[in-house]
Amino acid sequence: MEVSRHWRLQAQRYQLVGETCDSCGVKLFPPRDVCLECEAPAQELYTFTGLGEIYSYTTIYDAPAGFEHNAPYMVALIKLEEGPLVTAQLTDMDPSEAQIGMPVEMVTRKLRTDGEEGMIVYGYKFRPAVKELTAV
Amino acid sequence: MNVSIIGLGQTEVKEMWDTSIRHLAWYAIEAALDDAHISKVDALYVGNMLSGELSQQNHLGALVADFAGMRGVEAVTVEAADASGGMALRQAILAVKSGLVETALAVGVEKMTDQTGSAVTAAMAYGLDADYEAMQGLTLAGMGALLMRRYMFEHGLDVADFAGFSVNAHANGAANPLAMFRNRLKPERFASAPLVADPVNLFDMAPAADGAAAVIVTSREKAMDMVPQPVEIAGSAVATDTIALHDRRDVLWLQAAATSVQKALAQAGVTTEEIDLFELHDSFTVLAALSLEAAGFAGRGEGWMLARDGEIGRNGRIPISTFGGLKARGNPMGATGMYQIVEVARQLRGQAGECQVEGAKVGMAQNLGTNGATAVTHILRVAE
Ligand SMILES: [Zn+2]
Repeated sequence: MEVSRHWRLQAQRYQLVGETCDSCGVKLFPPRDVCLECEAPAQELYTFTGLGEIYSYTTIYDAPAGFEHNAPYMVALIKLEEGPLVTAQLTDMDPSEAQIGMPVEMVTRKLRTDGEEGMIVYGYKFRPAVKELTAV
Repeated sequence: MNVSIIGLGQTEVKEMWDTSIRHLAWYAIEAALDDAHISKVDALYVGNMLSGELSQQNHLGALVADFAGMRGVEAVTVEAADASGGMALRQAILAVKSGLVETALAVGVEKMTDQTGSAVTAAMAYGLDADYEAMQGLTLAGMGALLMRRYMFEHGLDVADFAGFSVNAHANGAANPLAMFRNRLKPERFASAPLVADPVNLFDMAPAADGAAAVIVTSREKAMDMVPQPVEIAGSAVATDTIALHDRRDVLWLQAAATSVQKALAQAGVTTEEIDLFELHDSFTVLAALSLEAAGFAGRGEGWMLARDGEIGRNGRIPISTFGGLKARGNPMGATGMYQIVEVARQLRGQAGECQVEGAKVGMAQNLGTNGATAVTHILRVAE
């Protein structure tokens, strides 16, 4: 049922495609067409490296519909190396390992399922970094 | 502002399995009409967040007007997540101020218990960014947790350092017959409560429940003739911020809250020192701390100290959550902002019973949508 809603976000979900502002040069994720910093048009696509660090994090015990079978699971604010924060699940790690400042990298995983035969939504999550941060 | 409050009504806040959304709204409206000694108004604003999702019922303006015996009256739903209640009052004030509407009623109503469990948790997250927050499994509690963790990190705090907010809320709720929780909370129990979204626990997060509250406003001149104790709307302001926490330039600064307070103070011609009580949006203790900072009652990173030092109690420097706040009175999402207004007005009328802040003349209420993406601030004053 909500297929188109997820399909149109596939570049963001699978590849972290955001934007660069032509005016002030800031990089934006999620893409928003009007620059968050200078309010100029920002429509040049930019693919983020997927590297960053944990800015804040939580373990969610009381899960919403569609996420019950994952609970408990971790959600974090990730500070991408290009600057923006992104909200994403943490994966491949134990809650006790998480700490603010920890280097992480983007991977593609299953985000949610709608019942036994429902749609499965895939998208970005972040795991402890294997790669080194690149200089941007 | 030349707009005054002439009627107040509210229901208990709790799980009311035998009461529908239309009945909840009607009970609050009936009480407000009785309080104002009138039977009709010229416009009706219904603050609500979740009736479409939880009760399969939209179109609350017509539904509530119909059920309240006001068929024919102008009526509409106002939605701004958990700021819907405060925003409904804002629309009522604008209507009266415009001169097109003589008397307006704003009612906040939320029926949380038509569904249970994960469906309610999902619905409560509808005020977040659906594509980029909720789709990652973030919940309202998770949002509170991300704020709280970062606040603790930047200011070197433990969970127990937030206990004072919930202890104060429960102490005040214990004196409010309409409150959901009327038990006192021992500070040492705070940090060990079951986790909802680490570090947010059950004693940190306000409980969702059913409830409705209503306020009737009219012009100041008319109010003087109608009721013995009109309460003036001295300031009314709304501001917005990025909907997603991750788009904030500064995650731990509630800019919309700060902007709306500054505007409302300027309208009222008062400073924060003249505010006798502050009904703030304590859906999470960290939001109480951040709201105190944004309003100017504490420096950055110091809002929690007001709770630690007993400054937020009934006799403290800035009493907050005087009837229990969201935490102990309970949080009927789209109705919460209207409870805040009813509570401030009762304080100014001297009708707060055991919850009374002695000599209260000027009170402020601030209703936030989720993380402060919407902030609605009202300043009320005893009519001169
Ligand atoms: Zn720009």
